[in-house]
Amino acid sequence: MRHIVSVLLENEPGALSRVVGLFSARGYNIETLTVAPTEDPSLSRMTIVTGGSDDVIEQITKHLNRLIEVVKVVDLTEGEFTERELMLIKVRAIGRERDEMKRMADIFRGRIIDVTERTYTIELTGNTSKIDAFIRAIDRASILETVRTGSSGIGRGERVLRV
Amino acid sequence: MKSASAEVHRVEDLAQDAPITGAEIVVRCLQAEGVKHVFGYPGGAVLYIYDEIFKQDSFQHILVRHEQAAVHAADAYSRSSLLVGVALVTSGPGVTNAVTGIATAYMDSIPLVILTGQVPTHAIGQDAFQECDTVGITRPCVKHNFLVKDVRELAPTICKAFYIARSGRPGPVLVDIPKDVSIARCAFEYPRNLSLRSYNPVVKGHMGQIKKAVQLLLAAERPMIYTGGGVILANASDLLNRLVDRLNAPCTNTLMGLGGMRASNRKFVGMPGMHGTYEANMAMQHCDVLLAVGARFDDRVIGNPKHFAQNPRKIIHVDIDPSSISKRVKVDVPIVGDVKEVLTELLTQIEAIQASPSPAIVDWWRQIEQWRSRDCLKYEQTDRVIKPQYVIQKLWEITRGDAFVTSDVGQHQMWAAQYYPFEKPRRWINSGGLGTMGVGLPYAMGVQMANPGSQVAVVTGEASIQMCIQELSTCTQYRLTPKIVNLNNRYLGMVRQWQQIDYGSRYSESYMDALPDFVKLAESYGHAGMRIDRPADVEPALREAFGPLKDRLVFMDFITDQTENVWPMVKSGKGLTEMLLGSEDL
Repeated sequence: MRHIVSVLLENEPGALSRVVGLFSARGYNIETLTVAPTEDPSLSRMTIVTGGSDDVIEQITKHLNRLIEVVKVVDLTEGEFTERELMLIKVRAIGRERDEMKRMADIFRGRIIDVTERTYTIELTGNTSKIDAFIRAIDRASILETVRTGSSGIGRGERVLRV
Repeated sequence: MKSASAEVHRVEDLAQDAPITGAEIVVRCLQAEGVKHVFGYPGGAVLYIYDEIFKQDSFQHILVRHEQAAVHAADAYSRSSLLVGVALVTSGPGVTNAVTGIATAYMDSIPLVILTGQVPTHAIGQDAFQECDTVGITRPCVKHNFLVKDVRELAPTICKAFYIARSGRPGPVLVDIPKDVSIARCAFEYPRNLSLRSYNPVVKGHMGQIKKAVQLLLAAERPMIYTGGGVILANASDLLNRLVDRLNAPCTNTLMGLGGMRASNRKFVGMPGMHGTYEANMAMQHCDVLLAVGARFDDRVIGNPKHFAQNPRKIIHVDIDPSSISKRVKVDVPIVGDVKEVLTELLTQIEAIQASPSPAIVDWWRQIEQWRSRDCLKYEQTDRVIKPQYVIQKLWEITRGDAFVTSDVGQHQMWAAQYYPFEKPRRWINSGGLGTMGVGLPYAMGVQMANPGSQVAVVTGEASIQMCIQELSTCTQYRLTPKIVNLNNRYLGMVRQWQQIDYGSRYSESYMDALPDFVKLAESYGHAGMRIDRPADVEPALREAFGPLKDRLVFMDFITDQTENVWPMVKSGKGLTEMLLGSEDL
């Protein structure tokens, strides 16, 4: 099953590689991983999307907690949460495709952020399945390039992860 | 190999006016931690530190012959005492040589601080001479590691390293010190009252869980207590002995946990697992309540986990590391906490209730005695060829069971574990998790530095001993006097045993040809050597080694039965009770 694990860790060189090394060393998989400093620059917040049985997820959170630089770990999928991913997608936009692409971007509430005579670059946010749906909805042959951030997640309501 | 010739850059002083250099800070930190012995090997990147070591006399530096041995010795220093071991090596090959030692300590959760030299900060990443990514290479085999880029961080980092190494589930911590940091200056202040927001090991166990455990244990009809290295590391063996007696339950100690329970106590049923006793494995499988303390249900201990789970039983698991719980075996009552704290609380509650254990225990003991009566460790010593088991039994007799015994890895290790019953913790020093051949001799050096004047025996084989044989030289230099019991069967015995049982007796590369004359080899370093090939000479040789020759290193080369196997044996992947008790079961 898909799980989203949020990690608060010391913003120190090497901390990220400890987390990544843990996953590869113990044979856990990472679907996506995002990380950036928080409002407190001494801390980084990481969102890891991973999969596995409940036992595996339990071991993942325990091993993450065991890392000295990790301050807190929470499995967001244990409760209500919201997740968003950002995709930048560059598509061919020539002739008839030009209107079609604009329309599709509007339907998915994307924004065109760069335009040339032959291309559009579209910014799209949403959960992973929405972004997947957009890619399926447009003509595969018109996709020139995609870049996705991977999911960032946060608990719903008053559920807060902080020091 | 370690040369200073790469020193082409002029190291810079970061703060000329400040009182002391990074190298002096290292020495002052070790003094602040009360360190008395450091095992190491110099080289270009640590020369400033060695220069400061030259100028001080608060600790002794022991110069080994290979960095691997420095870490092993520091590791055994810690295992045989209550102290954190310290090793110091140079950059590049110094570090890579040390990695085996570090990984060995990590697998057995041994508190160590390893100080490593690094090329100057401006040279890092330039493929400088003797440069390697130390933090990267060691990351998967340390509890934590640090690269110190600023001399002002040096003292706080070393302080953190000691704290992290010895607290929680202990482990090796490495501090990588670039050469320019060791000559940069700043004021020295050793932190007091260190606290880390991201690291707060649990100490006390959950009271509700402990209550549940007490109820289960008192109601158990077939209780079993299974303990590992955690009891030794937590210095909780007195508590364990009291608990076992109070519950009148059988107790087994894993390879890492031997000495946790007094072996002379009738309630001790021997070691469990792949080469465990029949009674220990049967009791593990057939108990109704299993109390696991500081043990991790390792594949060598419980065999196939599916087979183990076939018998229903309630499992209580006490461990300081939550990730050890429910890792291989589902646990009913997990208790995360320091083993000593949790056992203290368990005992307090059990004694407060004043209930007696279940009367059904009498039947359970009858069953266990029946299992024990199979006498699974019996063997026959003829007057023709020396049985390895016989050598270990005589070693036990002559040292009155009170020696520190280090071992290497293989058949001899299992025989030592089976035939040398330990009465005290921290007497049995071996590489359990990683299974590192070559640890025996450097382990003995560490043990003897930590316990001067005590008897130290190295139980080894002709293959293992050659993996760190160069340390005979270190022993000469520091007048270290371990007694080496070499069980020489001219085979990689454990490999040969597996090949016999599982690989159609095709002995692929497991024969030891071209062995040195160990007697002459020992003598060439100034030690005493003996070759013993008759059973009748075993006891006199040992008596001489531990008697008239007690102040020398004695290398006893016992020529033993070539094809003896370790029994009982649970083959890899088999269930715990699917034991082979001897060659007749093959």
